[in-house]
Parts: sequence; C-alpha cells; structure tokens
Amino acid sequence: MRIPAAILTLITGMALVLLGLWIGQNINLLPVDASANAPVYDELFKVLFSIGTILFVGIVGLIVYSLVKFRRKPGESGDGEAVEGNLPLEILWTAIPAVVVLFVGIYSYDIYDRMGGMAPLNDHSMHAMGGEMEESRTWGGISPVSLESDAAAAPLPIDVTAMQFAFIFHYPDAEITSGELHVPMGQPVALHMKANDVIHAFWVPEFRLKQDVIPGQPTLLSFTATRPGRYPIVCAELCGPYHGGMRSTVIVDEPETFEAWVNQNSPIANAAPQTPVQS
Amino acid sequence: MTISLTPEQSTPLQPQGWLRYLSFSTDHKVIGLQYLVCGFIFYLIGGALAGAIRTELLTPISDFLPRETYNEVLTLHGTVMIFLWIVPVVNGAFGNYLIPFYVGARDMAFPRLNAVAFWLIPPAGLLLISSYFIASAPQSGWTAYPPLSITTPATGQIIWILSVLLLGGSSIFGGINFIATILKLRRPGLKLMQLPMYCWAMLGTSILVVLSTPVLAGTLVLLSFDIIAHTGFFNPSLGGNAVVYQHLFWFYSHPAVYIMVLPAFGLVSEILPIHCRKPLFGYTTMVYSIMGIVFLGLIVWAHHMFTSGTPPWMRLFFTIATSFIAVPTGIKFFNWLATMWGGRIALNSAMLFSCGFIINFVFGGITGVALAQVPFDIHVHDTYFVVAHFHYIVYGGTVFVIFASIYHWYPKVTGRLLNEDLGRLHFLLTFVGFNLCFAPQHWLGLNGMPRRVAEYDPQFELINQLSSVGALLMAISTLPFLLNVVLSAFNGAPAGDNPWDALTPEWLTSSPPPVENWKGEAPLVTEPYGYGTPAGELPLAATSGPELWKLGNSDQRS
Repeated sequence: MRIPAAILTLITGMALVLLGLWIGQNINLLPVDASANAPVYDELFKVLFSIGTILFVGIVGLIVYSLVKFRRKPGESGDGEAVEGNLPLEILWTAIPAVVVLFVGIYSYDIYDRMGGMAPLNDHSMHAMGGEMEESRTWGGISPVSLESDAAAAPLPIDVTAMQFAFIFHYPDAEITSGELHVPMGQPVALHMKANDVIHAFWVPEFRLKQDVIPGQPTLLSFTATRPGRYPIVCAELCGPYHGGMRSTVIVDEPETFEAWVNQNSPIANAAPQTPVQS
Repeated sequence: MTISLTPEQSTPLQPQGWLRYLSFSTDHKVIGLQYLVCGFIFYLIGGALAGAIRTELLTPISDFLPRETYNEVLTLHGTVMIFLWIVPVVNGAFGNYLIPFYVGARDMAFPRLNAVAFWLIPPAGLLLISSYFIASAPQSGWTAYPPLSITTPATGQIIWILSVLLLGGSSIFGGINFIATILKLRRPGLKLMQLPMYCWAMLGTSILVVLSTPVLAGTLVLLSFDIIAHTGFFNPSLGGNAVVYQHLFWFYSHPAVYIMVLPAFGLVSEILPIHCRKPLFGYTTMVYSIMGIVFLGLIVWAHHMFTSGTPPWMRLFFTIATSFIAVPTGIKFFNWLATMWGGRIALNSAMLFSCGFIINFVFGGITGVALAQVPFDIHVHDTYFVVAHFHYIVYGGTVFVIFASIYHWYPKVTGRLLNEDLGRLHFLLTFVGFNLCFAPQHWLGLNGMPRRVAEYDPQFELINQLSSVGALLMAISTLPFLLNVVLSAFNGAPAGDNPWDALTPEWLTSSPPPVENWKGEAPLVTEPYGYGTPAGELPLAATSGPELWKLGNSDQRS
C-alpha cells in the first residue's frame, strides 16, 4: 500500500522537529554557568539552537534530496517543469519565517529583560554606590541588580579600571586594590568601569556577560555570581599588541571566605595602619 | 578625389591582444576581467595573510610572529579580503561583464568612468600592502576603532585611510555607473521586470554603495584629522566620542555585508535555473525581497555595538530590524530550493558550488539571527563565534558563488570549458576545508576565545589546530583551480557559443563575445528564464531558442 505523500511529509516534518528539539536540549556547547543570568542565557541558547537545527537540517535535507532525485541522468534531455511561481506557497514561506523571527525577538526581549538589560540607566542602585558620580552619565550595561535592589543584599560596588594591558579592581568600601577580581557568591556586584587609554571589553564567559570599557564613557555591569571557582576575565576588544595577554581572573568565594579575604587585605580592617599597596 | 581608408591607416585606438588587459580599456568585458584577475591576486595575498594567522594560532602562545606584526597581518587580511577581493570581484568583475549584456547595451553608461573606477584599485591595493614595507602596516583591525587607531603608529593608519578612500571612490563610481546603465541603457522594449535577477541585485547593491560609502569616506577623513591634526572628533581625551565613530563606521560597514552578498544572490539566481532547467521560481518576490534587504540593510548597523554602551531602546530596535532581514533572505532561499525542485539538475562544478553556497549561507544566516538577539550577542560579541559567522557569510556565501560563477561563465569568456574533474576536486577540498576551518570556531567563541588574539587559553589548542588544518586544505584547494583555469585556457574542450543552452542574453552571441557584444542588434530577451520544455518534446539544443537568435541579426554567430 502506498503511503500518501502528504502523510510522509508530515511525518518527516515531525521527525525533524523532534530531532531539533532533542539536539537543542541535549548537546551542550557552552561552558559552565556561574552567574545568576547564565542559566537564563542558556535557556535562550537552547531555543535558538533547536530552531536553527530544524531549519538547517531541513534545508540541507531538501537540497540533498533534490540533487539526488532530480539530477539529470545520463542520456536524459529536456527541461524541468515550467513552474514560475506559486503565490500561496510564497506567502507561506514569507509568513512562517516572519512568525518565527517575531517569536524569537519577543522571547529574547523577555530574556534580556530578565537579565536586567532593559533597566533604566542611572537608577537608584547607581546612586547607592560610593557617593556622587562626577561623570554625570553612566552608559548602559546589564544591571539585574536594580531589579533586586529591594532585597536585603545591597550590591557590592567595585571600580574597574582597564588599561593597556591589565584590569585593576578597586574596592572603594574596603580600600583594596587588586589585580584579580574577588566576589562573594550570591551577592550582587556592581562593576563601575573606566578605561584609561583605548577601548577594552570585560568578558567572563562563565557569566555570559560582556561590556565594553570605553574611555570617556564609564559603563556599568552588574551580576550575581552563583558558583564558587576561578574563571577567566578576558579582554574582548582589540586594544594593542598584548591584547591576547590581557587576561585576569575572577575568584568567586563563599561569603565567609570573601569576608576573610577582605579583612586580610583591607587597610581599614587591619588595626595597624599600612600603606595601601597600589597596583 | 577620394580618401581611401587602408587597413594600415586605421590603427586601433587601444592595444589589442593580451596587452589590452593592462591598458586603460573602456570595453566593459575587458574591465570585468581586469577586476577579476586583479581581485584574485589580492585574494592570494589575503589568503597568505590568513595562513600566517592560522599558523600563529597553532600554539596557545605568541611564537610565530611579533605581536605588532600579528595585528598588522589581521588588519591587512580583513582589509584586503573585503575591499580588494570580494567587493571588487562580486560587483566590479561580474557586474561589468554581465550587466551590459543583460540590459542589451554595447557597454556601460560611462565607459571612461568605468575604467577609472578599475584603475583606482591596483594603486590603492599596492599602497595598502606597501605600508608594511614603508613604516608599519595599520594595526587596529579593519574596523580601525579609535582611540586605538589614533594611538597606533600613524603612518600605517594614514596609508590605510588613503587606500580605503580610493577603494571607496572606485566603489561609488562603479555604483553610479550600474544604476545609470540598468535604469537608462536598457534596449528599447525591455521592461524592468523582464531583466535577469542579477540586474536587480546590482541595482540594490549600487543603491547601498551610493548611500553608505560616502559616510565611511567622511568618517575616515575625520579620523585622519584626529591622527595628523590632533583634532578631537573621536578622541575622548580631547572631548571627542569614540562610540560615534562606531555608529558612522557601521553605517557603511553593515550595508557592506549586503554589498558583498546581494550580487552573489543575483549570480546564483542566474546559475541555478540554467543548470536545473527550470524557470527561476518566484521572480517578483525575489525582486521585492532584494529591495526589502536594501531597505532593512540600512537600518541595522548598531547590532555591531550591543556592548558599546548603547541605550536599551536602541538595542531593542536593532535586534528587531536585524531579525527581520531573515524574512526577505529566507524568501530567496526557499525560491532557490523551489527552483531546484523537479528540475533536471546537471551536477557540475558550478551547481556544486551554488549548493555549497546555499548550505553555508543558511548556516551563517541562522547564527546571524542568533547574533541579532542582544542577550545572545552580549556573550559572543567580539569572539571567534562572530569570526566563524561572518566567514560563513562572506566566504561560504560569496566566495563560493564567485567560484560557481567562474565555472559557469568561463566558457563565455574563453570559448572553452573548464575541466569538470578538477572542478569537483576543487569543490570537495574547498567545502571540506572551509567547514573544518570555521565550524569549530563557533565552539571556540562560545567557550571563551576572543577574536584578534595571538595567544589564547591552552584548552583551545586542539580545536585551533583542527581549524588550521581546514585552512591548509583551503589553501591546497586553490591549486587544482589555478591549474584548471590556466590549462583549460589552452587545452580546454571547445565550448561552442552556448554550452549550457542558456536563454539569458550574454549567451546569445559568440563566445568569446565580439567588441560591442553583438555583431547585429541586441536580442530582446523578455523571458530570461523561459525553461521548461517537457522531456522528450524537443532536444535541448533546440530549446536555446532559434526564435531568440532571429531577433538579432543572423550573422552574429560569425
């Protein structure tokens, strides 16, 4: 008994969708997630990966099928059918991508909102950190902190200075200056970033976060680390000959360990006054 | 008394033979080939630079090139490949060769301007390359973001600006010429909606060139003021704004992607129907989608700047506009698939490269839609994921189409066919090498390798070596191609005038075509894709349309 072509097409389509969903859900291409917004990002990635797989496998399948099925056999002459178009079909494959793209756009907007990307600039969490900002405008980064600012945990302010070819981290409350970034797990952190010379970019792949550090335009980046460990900080904007070597480390500590680190290094906390070590 | 014109007296105005390819020729076919060969030489230079990059990245430490030289190499690689290979070839070479045929004209609208446009390119290219030997080549990437481009050695950066200005000028001259030719030089009786699709692609591309290239030129002039006159347009320490440069730069450089890709779409639309023996599916929607891409292409530039501190509303707008480019682009791809469906597909090298293009470009398009999403982009911006994405677009997309076009139109230009076995070998090596080189780079970017680095985290060593092997295969794939092109020019099988039994006008004259394209009147081709004779009804040779031949003079076969 011959199975009608429509049924076959339907089954193939369903198999394709299932394959795409399976691949999207089960093949992990990303590094470990270590910040509050990384799982949100990974969710978006899975959806995009599934849709992409379905489209790609479907189109490659169609091409390979056409090349095999409709190839010109030796000795065969003549043309294919003179089909110049099919309006309903063309409307269909305009409408479907439009709907998919619209869905992806709205979904990624939602993701971005959950990551704090749509938070207004210069919000109160900014004013909370370290007094008045002389640079009157702070340029947008991702700041999920502002969404949680009612919570008990106030964001830990840290000043970041990027220069050729290093990041310097300054903790204004504890007056610590460090070449490595120490942050407590679970507490929001607000990085206030400035560049001295050229554009750099602060990127922690495990946090899924990146923000350019622009001379003349301070930028803000906030995140909450969720997994203890050491993760690379990478400069992602070409900044000169040693750009590839402009790396640092972010160390996510348990709150107590972080507390201990602050007490050990802060000139304020130590009773004996010490000259603060710069750079 | 009569003056007799003896052959001795009528010395040709321009050199004949191979010398005309080195002359200030105004013949659009000569200029087209000049663009192609000149572009290919720069392709080999850019490829050698890419080889240097992949060699450096074999190991996680910076050990092959000095660090400054590495940045010079990556800057030159990007600039050469974009401004001296892809843009001139896909626009200048094929545009000049084909557009006058397609509109039924004997030459471009402004032949001298056309020759000027070409002859700006070799000096500009030599200027750019020579910067390495004079002082030092530019080191700030092809994007030349200030303040880095202001602080790196000035001589190289200024030479880079001069070179790009010349190339931009050449591009604008070409764009004006194409618009005038397509709109004003059509054979009487030929309507716009009867033109082959490549004309529409070139019309759209030329609109983008004319609208956006001057913005780049102005920006680079301001940048050069910042460098030599110490003005402060983009220099934050003098009160300038570095992000404004990025807006202006990408206002050109995102449309530049479509300037590189739209003509490729047009060329594929010419190649597919001929080798599938079917009409181009959905001509009208194809035209509208080209114009849709042109419009949307102008309003998506800031998606290159999602981490540059742009305000949230701007990120949202550019996300949506960028995502929607997928719709007209998708229409074109589905139309090509429908063109193949039910055809009589000849699986030759031109067809293989065209299908390779579709596969690669769909992949690059999918990663492109992902990159358009702000949250996704914030993680992978400026990483190897982006490097992989745009190589899938410009190499997997446009360069594959350039090769497909060379296999397709080589018999037109030379009268001889290229060797199919070498062609298939070329395709296999290119396709495998390309995917081996660039597919793993997506993973590198997702996992933490930024772009434009000479040293990287040792955990990425194996994948980088895999990628370098792919690059080596790509380099090797050039050999069968070069061998094929050179040998076939002398020993290739004679092709006849119309080896593919095509209906587009460039095939309705002798191969190679005479000066001024047709011995008699240009044929009126109102149905460039009128394939579709049922199998067995007529032999293929007859479907090339004797009736079309008769529209021109019968002596044009000569």
